[in-house]
This record gives sequence, structure tokens and C-alpha cells, in this order.
Amino acid sequence: MGANAASRPRAPWWFAVGIVLIAAILAPYYLVTDISDQIDISIIFVLALLALSMSFLWGYAGILSFGQTAFFGLGGYAYTVLALNLHETTFSFFAAIALTMLFAAVLGYFMIYGRISDIYLSVITLVVTLIFEKAIKSTSGDQYVIGSVRLNGQNGIPTVPSLRIPWSGTELSFDGVFILDAVLLILVYAGLRLLLTTTFGRVLVGIRENTRRIELLGYDSRRYKLGAFVISGGIAALAGVLYGVWNNFVAPEMFGLKRAAEVIVWVIVGGKSTLVGPIVGTAIVQYLQNKLGTQSVGEWLPLILGFVLILVVLLFRNGLLPGLVGGIGWAWRQVRRVA
Amino acid sequence: MQQLANYAYLIGFSFSIFVLISVGLAVIFGMMRVINLAQGEFLMLGAYVCVIATTAGLSVWLGIVLAALAVGAFGVLVERLIIRHLYGRIIDTLLATWGLSLFLIGGVTILFGPQSESVGVDLGKFSIGDFTYSVYSLAMMAIAVAMLVATYALWRFTRFGLVVRGTMQNPRMAAAMGINTDRVYMLTFGFGSALTGLAGAVLVPITGASPQLGLTYIAKAFITVIAGGPLPLLGATAASGLFGFIDGIMDYRYGPVLAQITVLLVAILLLRLLPSGITGRLRRGL
Repeated sequence: MGANAASRPRAPWWFAVGIVLIAAILAPYYLVTDISDQIDISIIFVLALLALSMSFLWGYAGILSFGQTAFFGLGGYAYTVLALNLHETTFSFFAAIALTMLFAAVLGYFMIYGRISDIYLSVITLVVTLIFEKAIKSTSGDQYVIGSVRLNGQNGIPTVPSLRIPWSGTELSFDGVFILDAVLLILVYAGLRLLLTTTFGRVLVGIRENTRRIELLGYDSRRYKLGAFVISGGIAALAGVLYGVWNNFVAPEMFGLKRAAEVIVWVIVGGKSTLVGPIVGTAIVQYLQNKLGTQSVGEWLPLILGFVLILVVLLFRNGLLPGLVGGIGWAWRQVRRVA
Repeated sequence: MQQLANYAYLIGFSFSIFVLISVGLAVIFGMMRVINLAQGEFLMLGAYVCVIATTAGLSVWLGIVLAALAVGAFGVLVERLIIRHLYGRIIDTLLATWGLSLFLIGGVTILFGPQSESVGVDLGKFSIGDFTYSVYSLAMMAIAVAMLVATYALWRFTRFGLVVRGTMQNPRMAAAMGINTDRVYMLTFGFGSALTGLAGAVLVPITGASPQLGLTYIAKAFITVIAGGPLPLLGATAASGLFGFIDGIMDYRYGPVLAQITVLLVAILLLRLLPSGITGRLRRGL
């Protein structure tokens, strides 16, 4: 390592992000031209956003929140109710996210400013999402109407409006949705990476490493934690809105335990120490689920999911992919030493 | 007067349910600090053991005892296979037991199907004014109180209880005194599981048994123990009293969903005001 090599910077990471961004915009026209493929891949982008929201909070701020599914569902429902009432999608899109962030702020205020410990926070957010599911499921009667929209209990709302392009008013096509989901995922990823280089991001990581030391340095850790909680709530809400738009359907299952468990599985498969990991993890797990055909394994899915979760926790502390990569690296070094 | 008696019954009923679902968790989470998200599924297993026992022709009471023994043994197995490796790694424990919870729900659904099984107990009925209640629900309240008293007595007055409390307070010191802490952890976890299995079996005649049974109660159980604070038994009892009071009245007037939401809101408010729970200020006790 000469001084020369050290002073010459590597290609910056956002260079790679730019290339991926262009590739994603061109993909539906050249690479993924089949509509069913476009639909399958779009949903991976959406779910990866959800995984990203959890891994940002868990991996960088050290808060494991199960509430991500609460914000996911809330975002989806808020968008649906707003868009159906207002007959308009752009404002509803942003308003749904803003409303969910507001809710995250209130919930987060009570938990974080109450200084309850991180593990209690995990349990309470889990309780919150379960109760949301239960509450929405109980709204099947005619009297549960917001504006002109019936909430429909466990049947969900099957008439979620597709996004329209502002001003022109045309509905987004499948390739339009694909591009939107891909671009938003990449932008959120880049945004989070940038955020982590700011003072705010550094203080967050500091809190994860040693809360007391950060507080002795004069930072109010609660403000930063709450900020991270609200940001990640917003990302989860974004994923929820895009999910509703993707299949024109929202249902109480968005809040459910199975969804929450899947998010955790994606994150621990990909590893939470990087932001790319969870995206890769989501893609792999979703791809496998599609390949296995959820029809035939549907009944066995919780069993398999549970078993994988136990095994990964016991065997790979830092996540499945990082564990495997580390293992392969270790084996490779052994081979090189012998050779 | 009649209305008052009705309210008293409903509050007692809610209270005993809160006690049943949270007393095992008070041992496992409150004392041992093990986040066991499969707690609800331990209840569910207890319920199924009782169903199997009664369909085999045994009495419900025997079914309840068998449920405690079987789930206790299962708890010991879980502790040896999973929990033992994860002491001190709270979040990993939470994830692994969540995996266990999904696994058990999946397994029971495949074995017994998703439908609800019921166990009939006919001890007769009694009525307060226009409302008729089953005598069994009174037995359930009595069992809930008996479980609290028995657990308290075990921890407070026996040598085993002393050893357990010492180990939870300072495991290294306990080990230095010649106590096999590994075994104490195993037995305590087994005891908590047995309490949970027993509670599940006691609940069956009221709620029936389905794979989803645990999901109904896990949220309530955790907020009860968390709101209870650092003295697990007293805390869980006090929180059960508070939440049972609110839940009983709200359920009667506005239905179960609103009751549960209110309980959650009260719990969150309570934790904002008393971050370390109801018993946070108390120095000693159980």
C-alpha cells in the first residue's frame, strides 16, 4: 500500500447507485419485458423498502421495532381511504405517509421519552401492530365507514386506486409501477446512506454503540432515536402505500404477525450490518417463495419460517448471508495457506 | 345493586384471565428476563393437552394437571435446546422464541387443523339479575388466585424459592455458593412453562382451543408483566387488577376490541408516567 494508492479515491458509492438507477429505468423496456416478471419484481422492490425501514432502525439505531408492519398497514389503509374519498392520488400518496409519520411520532414519543428500555419498545410495537390487525378485522359492519369508504373488516378493501401521473391524470402502467418502485427503493437507499454520513447519522450509531457516552457528550439521545423512529416509520408507510397500489388491495394481514415475521427473516437473512444486505435478503427469500409456489407449501410456510428463524439465530449471529460469506472467506484463506 | 354485582363478576372474570395468562410469563420474563414470545403457544399447547385428555375420556381436572406436567416438560426441553444458548442475548432470544411460536402454530395447524376444539364442563349455572353465568368461571377465578398464592409461597417460603431468587439476583454469587445455576435456570423455566400450560388448560372450557389461541393473549400477557414492573408477582397481580377492571367494564359496554385498545393505551400512558412499571418504586417484595 503506497501513499499513492491511498490518496487515489475509489469510485464513490453513488456512482454505482447512479448506474443501477439508470439500469432500473431502462429495465422494463429491454431487460424485464414480460409483464408477469415486472409484477413479481416490483413487489420485491416494495417489500425491500419495508425491510430497509426495519434494518435502518435495527442495524444503525439499535432499536428493534416490530411496529414497521403497523406503519406499513397504516400507510396502505391511509392512502386507500384518502384516495377513494378525494378521487385524487398524488396528494393522498404524500398525505398517507405524513399521517403515518405523525402517528409514529406520537407512539415513539411515549415510548422513547418514557425511557422504556429497547426490549420493551420491541414488545410494545409488536402489541400495537397486533391490536391494529384485530381492530381492522372487527370493522366488517356497515357502520365502519370513513367518508365514503367501507373498511370491510377482514375482507380488506379491494378497490385501491392506482397511482395517476400528476396533471396528465393517466394511470401508471405495469412498467410505470416497476420504474417508480425501483427508483424509490434506490433513492431511499441512497438517502439513508447519505443520512448516515451526517452528524445525525453518526450520533445514531454512537447511541447504538454506547448510549451513556453519547449523552455525556451532551446529545439528547431521545431526540435522535425518535427522529430515526419517525423516518423509518415513513419508509414503512411508503412501502405500505406502494403495496396497496401494487395489487389494488389492502387487507388486515398487512398488520399481521406473519408479515412481521417475514420482515425479520428478510433482514436477518441479509444481515443488518449493511443497508444492501436486507434488500438482497428480501429478493432471495421472495424469489424462493415464488419458486416453491406458495400454493403447495402454504400450510407449511409458518413451520418452515419458524424453523429457519430459530436456526439462523442459533447458528449465524450476524445474519445468514454475512455468515455464509464470512465462512467462504475463511475457507478460501485456509485453502490459500495450504497451497 | 344487581348492576354492581354484574360489574363485580365481569371485573373478577377479566382479572382472573389476566392473571392466568401472565403468571407464567411473570416467572419467565419477569424473574428470568427471558423474552419468550412463544408464551402464547405454551398456553395453546396446554389447551390442546386438555382437549386430548378429555377426548380420551379423562376428566377436565386431570386434563389440567396433565397439561401443566406436559407443558412443563416441554419448557425444559425448549430451555435445553434453545434458550440455554441465548442467555444475555435478549433480542436473539426474542427472535428464536418467535421462530418457535411460528413453528408451534404451524405444527399444531397441520396436526389438528385450523378449527377450534372445545371442551365441555357442566358445573351448572347461576344468575345475577337478567344475566346467567357458568359456575365453572368461578372455579377459574379460584384457580387463578390459587396459582398466585402457590407461586408466591413457593418463592417466599421454600428453600428452592430462595435458591431461585438468589440465582436470578446474582448468578455468579449463587454459583460460588455451590448452587448449580444451570439447573436452576432450567427448572425455573420449566416451572414457568408448567404454570402457563396449566393456565391454557383452565381456559379451554371458556375459550376453546385453536392454533390461534396464543395470539389472542400474547399481547395482553406482555403488557401486564411490563406494566407490572420489577417485582414480577406483585406487579403482575396489580397490573391484572388495573387492566382487568378497565377491560371488564369496557368489554361490557363497548365490546372486546375497544376494550383491548383502551388497555393498550392505558398501558402506554402508564409507562410514560412510571417508566419502570407499577412496582418500580418498591424496594422489596416479589
